Amino acid sequence: MRKYLHVLGIGIQNTLVYRVNFLFRAAFGLIPLMGTLFVWRTIYADKAPGDLVGSYTLGAMVSYYLLVTFVDALTAVAEDDWQIAADIKDGNISQFLLKPVDYLTYRLCLYVSGRAIYTPMALVPVAIFAWTQRAYFAVPPDLTATLGFVAATLLAGLLQFFLAYTSALLAFWVLDVSTFIFILFAFEYLASGHLFPLDILPPWLTQALYFTPYPYLCHFPVSIYLGRVSGAELGQGLALQSLWVGLGYGLARFVWSRGIRRYSAAGG
Amino acid sequence: MNTLRRYVSLWVALGRISLVQEMMFKLNFILWIVVEALWFALQLAFMGVLYSHTDSIGGWTKWEVILLSGCSQFLMQLVSIFFMTNLTNLSELIRTGKLDFFLLLPVNARFLISTRKFEVGNCINALLGLAVIVWALVELHYRPTFAQILGFILLCGVGLLIHYSWMCLLASTAFWTVRSQGIVWGYYNLFNIARLPDVAFPPGVFKAVFTFVLPMLLVSNVPSKLLVGRLQSPWEIGLLLSLGLLSFGLSEWVWRRALKQYTSASS
Repeated sequence: MRKYLHVLGIGIQNTLVYRVNFLFRAAFGLIPLMGTLFVWRTIYADKAPGDLVGSYTLGAMVSYYLLVTFVDALTAVAEDDWQIAADIKDGNISQFLLKPVDYLTYRLCLYVSGRAIYTPMALVPVAIFAWTQRAYFAVPPDLTATLGFVAATLLAGLLQFFLAYTSALLAFWVLDVSTFIFILFAFEYLASGHLFPLDILPPWLTQALYFTPYPYLCHFPVSIYLGRVSGAELGQGLALQSLWVGLGYGLARFVWSRGIRRYSAAGG
Repeated sequence: MNTLRRYVSLWVALGRISLVQEMMFKLNFILWIVVEALWFALQLAFMGVLYSHTDSIGGWTKWEVILLSGCSQFLMQLVSIFFMTNLTNLSELIRTGKLDFFLLLPVNARFLISTRKFEVGNCINALLGLAVIVWALVELHYRPTFAQILGFILLCGVGLLIHYSWMCLLASTAFWTVRSQGIVWGYYNLFNIARLPDVAFPPGVFKAVFTFVLPMLLVSNVPSKLLVGRLQSPWEIGLLLSLGLLSFGLSEWVWRRALKQYTSASS
């Protein structure tokens, strides 16, 4: 266990080196978000007062996007998938096959430490932004929702990591994984609810999307926070989310064990 | 005239080399086209979802906004074809000292550095943007005059000039900071607001900055408005033109200052 704590430490140090870069990225990322919010506000302004989009008021809509930014800061994979793919391509993983270090655990530690540093950094611009929108910002309705949100966000982080890890392992089979990662990311962006709340879609489509793991990455935790999922539905959702995390873990292990057989240790 | 011909033939030669290089990895070449097309489809889907809940955004109808998205996509792809890779590479050239090599050649260094590599695959996506513009015009039952089409093309050229100037300017900061890829990518990120109708933005600091300093809210809005006959005053065209000249002048000034204090690495 101590060796992995050490990895955590190294990850934190590495991330801190590029802190200005992170701050820039977080700040630049907010500008398109502000654009989207302006558009939503114009749409609501054109409607009769009290009219809803789906079941969202303007306030709920703005909170939704703020929370998406927050969950994203907590769970997004930054460079992890690229680094994993590069490790495989350049033959760097050979050393992990020789050492008593499990590569998945090692990467998970780096991911956690990256998030631990990135989140406070990203929170600076996000907090300023949230403050400008403070009229819309609400706390979760009750304690269950708060705890549910924390649990769902943690699970979302794990799921996100396993998905990114597995797709990066494609590097065992193809030379350049970046296109595959971008294609998967495009689906994730839409189906996880980053672009807009999924429940403003026709109900059958929303339900269909909930058969995939994607909504559990973002839309599900945010909905808990907003009090839109509660009671039995909340417990059921968390159970399904845990199931997806378990499947993601199994898939990651399986793909690794298949990939390692093809591994030719190029350049190592 | 002779100089111009020399530069055009140089440009064509660079383009041919890029095409040959790209074709070496055919599958990857095709996959990149798919990636770009997918993201474009995603934006259109978002607009579709927005308009399933409303009929207009600040007076813009669905197909007008889709035309705007097409125009924005077209410009963004043109930037990718001609400049994006080259400008993000600039900081690498500075870091390694390879820039010296370009400065020694008997051509304008800025020209060569900005045009060295073509992203040929993005041509397909630029055409896709144009196709969406035509599709939107058909749905709108609007037939632009020849003058409107010509004006649209010219204004797109001005938009390209603005994007290029700003990216080059931001990339030039690498002469001082050595690392500038992040800033150039950040600018690329701003393309996301260029496809939104300018009327959706209330007057304020945000709108002023992205109209008069980084004219994101003009570059695709003005040509689109001209094409569908929404332009309220010729003042907007004048503003876009003058900002184009201003940005280019500024970027050339920064480029010269930067080169003057370039000391080269490892030589």
